[in-house]
Amino acid sequence: MELRPILSTLRRHKLTACLLILEIALTCAIVCNAVFLIGQRLQRMDMPSGVAGHELLQIQVADVAQPVNPYARVQEDLAVLRQVPGVQSVAFSNQVPFGGSSSNGNVLLDPNQPQRTLNATTYFGENLVPTMGVQLVAGRDLQPQDFVDVDTALKALGTGDSKDLPHVTLITRTLAERLWPGQNPLGRLIYLTPTVGLRVVGVVASLVRPNAYDAATAQYSMVVPLRMGADKGESYVIRTRPQDRERVLTAALAALKKADPQRVVTTQRSFDEVRRHFFKDDRAMAGILVGVVVALLIVTALGIVGLASFWVSQRRRTIGVRRALGATRGNILHYFQTENFVLATLGIGLGMVLAYGINLFLMTHYELPRLPAIYFPVGAISLWLIGQLAVLGPALRAAAVPPVVATRSV
Amino acid sequence: MFTYYLDLALRSLRRNKALTALMVLAIALGIGASMTTLTVLHVLSGDPLPGRSGDIYYPQVDPQDLRGMYPSKEPPMQLTLIDGMNLLHAKRADRQALMTGGDVPIQPEQSALDPFYVDARYTTADFFPMFGTPFLYGHGWNAADDEAKTREVVISRELDQKLYGGANSVGRTLRIAGTAFQIVGVLDRWQPNPHFYDLNTGSYAYGEQVFLPLQTMMDLHLNRDGSTDCWGNGGGGTGTILPAASCVWLQFWVQLGNPVKVAAYRQFLVHYSEDQKALGRFQRAPNVRLRNVMQWLDHNGVVPDDVRLQALLAFGFLAVCLVNTVGLMLAKFMRRSGELAVRRALGASRRTLFAQLLVESGVIGLVGGFGGMLLAMLGLWLVRQRSSDYAALAHLDSSMLLTTFLLALCATLLAGLLPAGRACQIAPALQLKSS
Repeated sequence: MELRPILSTLRRHKLTACLLILEIALTCAIVCNAVFLIGQRLQRMDMPSGVAGHELLQIQVADVAQPVNPYARVQEDLAVLRQVPGVQSVAFSNQVPFGGSSSNGNVLLDPNQPQRTLNATTYFGENLVPTMGVQLVAGRDLQPQDFVDVDTALKALGTGDSKDLPHVTLITRTLAERLWPGQNPLGRLIYLTPTVGLRVVGVVASLVRPNAYDAATAQYSMVVPLRMGADKGESYVIRTRPQDRERVLTAALAALKKADPQRVVTTQRSFDEVRRHFFKDDRAMAGILVGVVVALLIVTALGIVGLASFWVSQRRRTIGVRRALGATRGNILHYFQTENFVLATLGIGLGMVLAYGINLFLMTHYELPRLPAIYFPVGAISLWLIGQLAVLGPALRAAAVPPVVATRSV
Repeated sequence: MFTYYLDLALRSLRRNKALTALMVLAIALGIGASMTTLTVLHVLSGDPLPGRSGDIYYPQVDPQDLRGMYPSKEPPMQLTLIDGMNLLHAKRADRQALMTGGDVPIQPEQSALDPFYVDARYTTADFFPMFGTPFLYGHGWNAADDEAKTREVVISRELDQKLYGGANSVGRTLRIAGTAFQIVGVLDRWQPNPHFYDLNTGSYAYGEQVFLPLQTMMDLHLNRDGSTDCWGNGGGGTGTILPAASCVWLQFWVQLGNPVKVAAYRQFLVHYSEDQKALGRFQRAPNVRLRNVMQWLDHNGVVPDDVRLQALLAFGFLAVCLVNTVGLMLAKFMRRSGELAVRRALGASRRTLFAQLLVESGVIGLVGGFGGMLLAMLGLWLVRQRSSDYAALAHLDSSMLLTTFLLALCATLLAGLLPAGRACQIAPALQLKSS
């Protein structure tokens, strides 16, 4: 196909052509970045938790009056819950993966170092690893004799008496690799304060933070052998078969209510709901982005249809003359398709530059990573396709112009 | 003349219905999307205390040890109990209040109601006059009540409605966590957005239902929620156990009526830090901040990044829609060069042609703007269906309504300028000849 006649025609409609190019460029730039953002969100929502997600339930209860012995209270509740049919395992935890509310500590490798090495979350509670289905990959799990009551530990922290403090911990593989790259973490010491040294006795494959807002540090988790008393901030975690969840949750709540009718249940949900809740904003954002991309492509496509229709009706006479001089329908069709391709290509070229610019802006203002090169061809191909689809109708109409038009005046 | 132009415009728009619909739709979609996101942004970045926020400040001091220190590092976001009490008792500001959050069980007298938990604010007396909380019945407590750890409580209108059917409950007894409190006041609807005085609770659509003295809470070991940051050998404290002395967990707000007082208070914070360092309590050089409400919100980046990103995205979308409309309008006006040339030849000036075309684009803008407003209302309704904590706040107020209309009109008139201007550049004779 000869490009020269197309270019010379476009030169006669410089402004309109420029506007169409600009529209395609803007669409291309926004679509590239929006699709990239959607990918980011989807990837984030897919973050691994390290726990048996579909088998867990979370219950939080609050007492109206503080129980006399909160530690005994927890043991009673755990015994009650274990009796519920369908319950495989129960634990009492200070936090749950993706739960949002979290307890965190500064990790030191040397008690005297001036700056912390990193910040990690600290899970407390007995029986956590088997209940949550966390996979132990090295060393041993925490044993009952490792555990210390929180109140005792807080008191010991104040007096500096180290014998009533916990001495061991479990860490995730990611945390081990970050603290001691390529070395065996077992037996090494982590300091949470200058006087609390915890020896690593086991490594788990994965256990995500409750506050996993940043993918890079999402796996910085430790399990510390602290036992807590009944308190409304802590959670009972129940493991059951996925199909039993609903029934077990109802039965467990009834059993807890029966043990003490006075208390208030503040949270009752499956772990899937915890996860859904944690990522709700990401899901909403991804949905909005998809909506914008679709709307943009539709508006642009309709714009192309509109302009192309105009040009076709404007050039009816010229088309007739060409047909009369021997151009086939195919020639006319290809003419409009090529014209659109040329405009789209110019728009896409400009759009790439714009997309890069928008990405640079987002990188500095919203801490987003660089746009991977793969998004450029994806954006280009989608706009070429949209352009060709949009122009097809008007181009077919143009091809249908009979040669006899040439002989008519206006 | 204007009505004649309007008539011409309507005729021309009717001639090509699909194209007109396309232009109107593009404008409406663009305006609708940008107004939805702009309204959300406007609501979220609003002033929680209109007329007062400029005088209300958040003092910060730095009581941490030397570990992890580097120059220009921000002091902790909250205060320790000792510093909080010292600054409170110093009374160097017009008003001052020390506070933290939590939740408490309410045990209704009516047996029909089960005990339930509500969010609570533990604060000192100046909270009410300083923030200008509206009282439906009764009043707050005073500084002497704070020190006496009185069992007095101010409840929200919502809780009053739930417990007493909205009657004046001042003077009645309310059992909270096993203790009898006397109700001294009922607040009218009051929910500052963002929840500036304690951002740890979630920034939007959060309101406490119970307010009681801070020292009473410590006396009774009521449940505390919120952020606790510790250093050294400090322990965080759990549930009803208070955090250690080397933990920050309290918010402190002061009212300073004029810039002289602000400067004096800043100086006071520096002196206080120096004194504490001399006493050996502080280890770092004085590191103080004194931000007012809006500066504090800005510093904390309260408005979610996603919301800003959505607004940017929507304006990008609007830009595409406008370029689209400009292109279509240009094509349309150029197509009519014959008609325009006839009018020129019959004596119409360029200016009148321009006005005529601008009326046509204005009509599209007006209709598109109206459509955009409807779409924005639909958009905001969709936002309200989402589960974000700010979802319920997304409403179009009168100022945003006006902005929508102006935006729509300006956008399309602007979009009409270029095509209209271009189409008027017609030599009458030439056009007449060619047709």
